[in-house]
Amino acid sequence: MISDGLEDEEKWLAAGVAGLQQNSFYMHRALDSNNLKDALKYSAQMLSELRTSRLSPQKYYELYMRAFDELRKLEMFFREENRRGCSVVELYELVQHAGNILPRSYLLCTVGSVYIKSKEAPAKDILKDLVEMCRGIQHPLRGLFLRSYLSQVSRDKLPDIGSEYEGDENTVMDAIEFVLQNFTEMNKLWVRMQHQGPTREKEKREKERSELRDLVGKNLHVLSQIEGVDLDIYRETVLPRVLEQVVNCKDELAQCYLMDCIIQVFPDEYHLQTLETLLGACPQLQGTVDIKTVLAGLMERLSNYAASSAEVLPQFFQVEAFAKLNNAIDKVIEAQDEMPVDAVVTLYSSLLKFTIHVHSDRLDYVDRILGACVKKLSGKGKLSDSKATKQIVALLSAPLEKYKDIDTVLKLSNYPHVMEYLDDVTNKEMANVIVQSIIKNKSCISTADKVESLFGLIKGLINNLDSKLLEELDEEDFQEEQNYVARLIQMLHNDNPEEMFKMICTIKNHILTGGTKRLPFTVPPLIFNSLQLVRQLQSQDENATEDEAPVTPKKIFQMLNQTIEALISVPVPELALWLYLQCAEAANDCDLEPVAYEFFTQAYILYEEEVTDSKAQVTAIHLIIGTLQRMHVFGIENRDTLTHKATGYSAKLLKKPDQCRAVYACSHLFWVDDHDIKDGERVMLCLKRALRIANAAQQMANAARGSSGSVILFIEILNKYLYFYEKGLSQITLASVQSLIELITNEMQNENSASDPAAEAFFASTLRYIQFQKNKGGAVGEKYEPIKV
Amino acid sequence: MVLVLAIGDLHIPYRASDLPEKFKSMLVPGKIQHIICTGNLCIKEIHEYLKSLCPSLHITRGEYDEDSRYPETTTLTIGQFKLGLCHGHQVVPWGDLESLAMLQRKLDVDILITGHTHQFKAYKHEAGVVINPGSATGAYSSLSYDVNPSFVLMDIDGVRVVVYVYELIDGEVKVDKIDFKKAAAT
Repeated sequence: MISDGLEDEEKWLAAGVAGLQQNSFYMHRALDSNNLKDALKYSAQMLSELRTSRLSPQKYYELYMRAFDELRKLEMFFREENRRGCSVVELYELVQHAGNILPRSYLLCTVGSVYIKSKEAPAKDILKDLVEMCRGIQHPLRGLFLRSYLSQVSRDKLPDIGSEYEGDENTVMDAIEFVLQNFTEMNKLWVRMQHQGPTREKEKREKERSELRDLVGKNLHVLSQIEGVDLDIYRETVLPRVLEQVVNCKDELAQCYLMDCIIQVFPDEYHLQTLETLLGACPQLQGTVDIKTVLAGLMERLSNYAASSAEVLPQFFQVEAFAKLNNAIDKVIEAQDEMPVDAVVTLYSSLLKFTIHVHSDRLDYVDRILGACVKKLSGKGKLSDSKATKQIVALLSAPLEKYKDIDTVLKLSNYPHVMEYLDDVTNKEMANVIVQSIIKNKSCISTADKVESLFGLIKGLINNLDSKLLEELDEEDFQEEQNYVARLIQMLHNDNPEEMFKMICTIKNHILTGGTKRLPFTVPPLIFNSLQLVRQLQSQDENATEDEAPVTPKKIFQMLNQTIEALISVPVPELALWLYLQCAEAANDCDLEPVAYEFFTQAYILYEEEVTDSKAQVTAIHLIIGTLQRMHVFGIENRDTLTHKATGYSAKLLKKPDQCRAVYACSHLFWVDDHDIKDGERVMLCLKRALRIANAAQQMANAARGSSGSVILFIEILNKYLYFYEKGLSQITLASVQSLIELITNEMQNENSASDPAAEAFFASTLRYIQFQKNKGGAVGEKYEPIKV
Repeated sequence: MVLVLAIGDLHIPYRASDLPEKFKSMLVPGKIQHIICTGNLCIKEIHEYLKSLCPSLHITRGEYDEDSRYPETTTLTIGQFKLGLCHGHQVVPWGDLESLAMLQRKLDVDILITGHTHQFKAYKHEAGVVINPGSATGAYSSLSYDVNPSFVLMDIDGVRVVVYVYELIDGEVKVDKIDFKKAAAT
């Protein structure tokens, strides 16, 4: 039987609908022939279908809606009758003959509507009569729908201010009284529903009951729509009466729903002015009522109201909204000792959002809320409840979103304490949110103290040493997050060198504890921040006494040396090498020879001992030669040592072409126009050595692959010859250039070697260049003129 | 008419936190047909950003680039022009025009684009052009003092190229223009 419940219900509904349709058919026929007596008879029979108690609220609603449509037509007929001269008072009497109370009540409401419209009696009397008469139906479901019908047909006939039904003895108070009474009765019926039927179906019943809540809530909506309900009436009559019913019904479902309903339907301004009354009702509600959702809803509404316009803010101050809400929340939390953590945090998070919207300047309020939250969380350890965690994130994100400035957030002393309660993963996510907010808002962080606080806050990204957590990380996510940290470090700046140096040292202390995985991301931005500072110092007063100054390039270089060293253990020797060279050049610009030499030595040690990848070696050599070429700080001896080593490394690269190119590049170490270094002998040594290597490469290629392929190296060397020839290097003779051209020409024409279009193009453009120089005339042209091509 | 963006040495995030806002608002997707980037981006996020501006993206490798697949040099042809691209740290002395000209001859290109020095340069040299778009973020460089953020747009139309240089000086974008016409092949 029970399993057939649904099917049976369909059957019952179908039967109800059939009965309704049949009677409405006869009713319409009677209406068409103006047979009032029959019309009333069949309409009463039609409405009898609503007496069923077999349908669930949902099905009953379907049936009701069909009856409702028919009643509208009947009402129109009554109105016509009235216009044709039939007295509405008579009609009102006539429908009372219907035998059964439910059809009679519906018919009375229908005629009552026409009666009010006719204004033959005061609206207030008719309304009063109708709302009293409905008491006759005490079956909850039938009663609720009947009263809902009454509410529906009377809506546009209330003696509201400005309505045509107002005046004489009809006042808005009558309208309010009528709706309040209907509301009260409906709520009683609704609450009583739970006691109907067997206990085992309680859950199902509560669900059904929940589906009916809007019928009850509709009355509050009607109240809110009454023009005459001004703040005074709301405060003196409407709110107290509604709350009285809410509190007294002692029903969890009703209280939850209706409190929320009150908050949603009445204007913000009213809430603000009656905050005490509204909040005062909260502790009187059932203990099981989800008070946090109610309060959170209220605070959200008020926050939005505050955010809507600055003009409304004085109202908030005037009624001391913050103090009242804060008080109410404290009381609720205190009273409900068992309140779950997520509920507590939700309340604080709503209050915090309210506060930053209303009292954006009162950081002390915000901090106080965070402090209260910490107090409540203390002793609980890191949170594992995901709902509570989510709420904490919301609590911490709100000030970031509102102030868009990390500076303000750093002033909240309890902020980091709240963060402590997040689990490691969420803590890091929150740190990420903070970093991205800083980057997005381009916030300026410009003192060492602030850097210290900030890095404490985001330590989940900086130096969380939980290696297990690190291992579980997705590599890409890790890189992305660390790149953000690097960007952040780039943003930390102060124009005052002393403060900037303090900031750099603070950053250094934090990042050096970050573990080897993070160092390659965090060290480079720090190094470049520092080198920028060195630049700044250089351009400032150079007469300051070195040792007394709080920050000098020397001190910075010492710090840099230690910091780069940390990269070696990662190990990322290439990166460390590049950075050493950067530092060496910066030291060069500061005329600090020993420091520059030290950096170069470090770079060389790394090259010799750590850089093993042949491709990395080639890049390293290019950077070493390129940097060394620019150094002017070295005395002859130091310079000799370093250039000698560099040439040595070049000649020992793995691939012959790489050797050759590095060696001819070394020639530039011995001929630097700007620094008046002009050692033609050694330039020649390099070029000749490059030629030998090119030859060797040629032979190897021939032996191994039967092809040349190295002719391109000769063309490159030819270009270098031309370069120095033009510079006036006496060692490069016309004959040596000429013989190189011939060598290449022969190679190109060698039938054994496959043609190499790249080499041919290169050679052709080189020859074009020679021609171009010849055409220039003057000293250059003269030099080039004898070259035969 | 083809619009080519030449950009490089962004050094994000090690030397700069981001591109200047003014540049970002100028560089919008759909306007540029090719991007040539001299290198030192340095990270994937920037690569993706450039790709979002224009899918035809050519990059050579700078010493700080995490992506080791970028080539040392590359060439491409647009209109009547052959373009060569190289980061430039491989060419000693750094930024030396004569040495760059040798690379230009080696790659046999009309326009050579290199970076590394963070200093915007555009020369007509011999029969071609040598361009350095500078650093788009104005990143620190040991080679240059007072680096201004800059990039280059090239408007290539057959045998004609107009090189526009955008430089951010004290918060204002300044534009310079250099005209170049390729000599008829001899």
